[in-house]
Amino acid sequence: MDKIHEIVFAGFGGQGILSMGKILAYAGLEEGYEVCWLPSYGPEMRGGTANCSVIISSRKILSPISTKYDCGILLNQPSMDKFESKIKSCGICIYEKAEIIKVTEREDINILGLSAFEEAQKMEVKQVANMIVLGALINNINIVKIESVLKALEDVLPARHHHLIPLNKKALLKGMELAEKEFIH
Amino acid sequence: MINKCEIEDLELVYEKPKTLTDTPMHYCPGCGHGVINKLIMEVIDELKIQDKTVGVAPVGCAVFEYRYMDIDMIEAPHGRASAVATGVKRVNPDKYVFSYQGDGDLAAIGTSETIHTVNRGENILMLFINNAIYGMTGGQMAPTTLIGQKTSTSPFGRSVKNNGFPLNITELISKLDGAFYVTRHSVHKPNSVRKLKKAIQKSFEYQKENKGTCFIEVISNCPAGWGMTPLKSNEWLEENLIPKYPLGDIKVPTKN
Amino acid sequence: MNMKYDNNVKLMKGNEALAEAAIRAEIDGYFGYPITPQSEILEYLSKNFNEEDGVVLQAESEIAAINMVYGAAGSGKRVMTSTSSPGMSLMLEGISYITAAQLPCLLVNVSRGGPGLGTIQPSQADYFQSTKGGGHGDYRLIVLAPNSVQEMADFVFDAIYLAEKYRNPALILSDGTLGQMMEKVRLPEKGSLPKSIPEWAAKGKIKNKERNIIYTSAVDPTVMENLNKELQNKYALLQQEVRYELSQIEDAEILIVAFGLSARICSKAQEMANDNGLSVGLLRPITLYPFPSDTIYKLAQKVQAILVVELSAGQMVEDVKLVVNGSCPVFFHGRMGGEVPTPDEIFFELKKITDKQAVKN
Repeated sequence: MDKIHEIVFAGFGGQGILSMGKILAYAGLEEGYEVCWLPSYGPEMRGGTANCSVIISSRKILSPISTKYDCGILLNQPSMDKFESKIKSCGICIYEKAEIIKVTEREDINILGLSAFEEAQKMEVKQVANMIVLGALINNINIVKIESVLKALEDVLPARHHHLIPLNKKALLKGMELAEKEFIH
Repeated sequence: MINKCEIEDLELVYEKPKTLTDTPMHYCPGCGHGVINKLIMEVIDELKIQDKTVGVAPVGCAVFEYRYMDIDMIEAPHGRASAVATGVKRVNPDKYVFSYQGDGDLAAIGTSETIHTVNRGENILMLFINNAIYGMTGGQMAPTTLIGQKTSTSPFGRSVKNNGFPLNITELISKLDGAFYVTRHSVHKPNSVRKLKKAIQKSFEYQKENKGTCFIEVISNCPAGWGMTPLKSNEWLEENLIPKYPLGDIKVPTKN
Repeated sequence: MNMKYDNNVKLMKGNEALAEAAIRAEIDGYFGYPITPQSEILEYLSKNFNEEDGVVLQAESEIAAINMVYGAAGSGKRVMTSTSSPGMSLMLEGISYITAAQLPCLLVNVSRGGPGLGTIQPSQADYFQSTKGGGHGDYRLIVLAPNSVQEMADFVFDAIYLAEKYRNPALILSDGTLGQMMEKVRLPEKGSLPKSIPEWAAKGKIKNKERNIIYTSAVDPTVMENLNKELQNKYALLQQEVRYELSQIEDAEILIVAFGLSARICSKAQEMANDNGLSVGLLRPITLYPFPSDTIYKLAQKVQAILVVELSAGQMVEDVKLVVNGSCPVFFHGRMGGEVPTPDEIFFELKKITDKQAVKN
């Protein structure tokens, strides 16, 4: 059976949106899948909203551009407004509680609210919030193993930041743990 | 026809440079381009760098100069000679490269390329022939045309109100850090011809030492475009152009 | 050309893969000017190209950049530039000179929505400009249209090979999405493209040999016409290099013709259509010039209709119609200004065509 996952990551520039997608794409590569990472690019990257889509597939990827997503990782209100309708029925929506007031009202998708930012602050490194979110994602979709994500971190992070990998691992595990508890539907 | 034996009896006092071809020049009678073309070739002969030199010809009266210069050459689009020369030099740093442009080419349409080539200190020689008119297209106004000077596009004389001021681009680029040697010459008198040749020589020597951009402006005449006899045009040049574009070195390498 | 590939599979952006391929194709020089969405090419080369191997120069404009390419190519070196649509417009004068002087070089257009300053999103609206000449005079570029990150890398080698074989600039016509997205890529290895300094290069006159002059002008129109004939003969010869990709054309009732990114999107629509009982084939021109005219003509005799999909108001569709010459109806679907059609949108068009054809039959 072919396995295809289309995921969109969206939020503010600076929330680590693009790197979250990149790490997932590298993890897919690590496991031998076909992968495609497509960013929104240009001026909107600088401070405004940012998004990227990742396709992980067990066969050749036809269109690199997705119209419907299996998962939406939505980390601010404009992203929720823009992408909630583009999540496939029975798909997953993971959102950041601290940023989003108006959550999607769809009943045909699985919704998970996370306090990733708050958790990251507890860990005293707010930059790892995106890793908490990514942990929650990989716990909920059966695509890549955490080992592959850790290997991907080595590929994505420049060598001078490799000492941060244990901290990122901790954040990933935290996200996986939160995902166990906090599902809405 | 002269008999060969007769020639052998004569003393050879002058011959054209070996790197100047036998093709008759298309320049108008009395025009300065021919002299300048010849001087470059004399220097290339004397420095024995024919096999190491690439010249870049402009669009303008000197477009066909590659017919006269027996060296490898590239004909550039209008205004782009210094960019073309940059391309040649950057991938052939061991070669001698020069560009040759008129006032419209270098100081109007090619101003951007001129400034940035000098600013990068490209290790080339840029020759700038200023006769204050567009010769090839039939005598239109150039950026260096003097106030009051009549051309086919300033038939009542160049006016400041309509056309602004004559552009002293040589002074302008001399302020750039990449400019190593900036000088202005003319070819209207025998001693000025000798001085220009010296400047060309120096420029190629500086290029050998990777010093940066050498820029030589040559004030020249355009008897046909100005509507004057060659002799009269040289007088007019001395009385009108040289006061606005004074001869001499503008930027010289500091000693040591 | 005998391409050897690196064993490592990498995840790279199209722009980066193209830049890395250029290094591996052993270019001597890159001259360019930043413009979104292709600046990563200049950035990547600035960072990764060794000074001993060649020069990377950020020019003051696209006009200067293309003329640097002209000079460097005229001296017989392997050189390239890259830009995006508005920059391409600025380069056209220089490109006309380079083709007239019959110099090889690699050009890259990672195109974006226009006209004017437009957008930075993907577009194919530079098709006319790329395939019909673009600048002044009767000239053509060899045009290759990649549709994946892998082809962004591969076509650097193909384009340089063809450019040097035919002494004509070759253009890789890509788009913002292909430039920005990351996919798996296996990079070609160094040494696949042998280099030699050509005899015609202006690089210093060799003793006892005719000097080399790179020029594009003539006083006598007969001389200029002869140069034009030479170019046209070359373009006739070039037709043998035509490349395209076919998918599921046996028994196809509708044929989609699309290139680059739109071909990728169409392949998804094709899958949707065939899953829904339609019979849809796909022809993807890989070379846009030369254009796969013969194949399109032959297929037009077999199918009920052709649908051309482009990220433009309809440019390649004119070439398709010219080739089909009334053999079957030719429909068009396009999006403009940086917008991209969805597979659903194209599937819907296919259904509409099927219904129309059914009524007719």
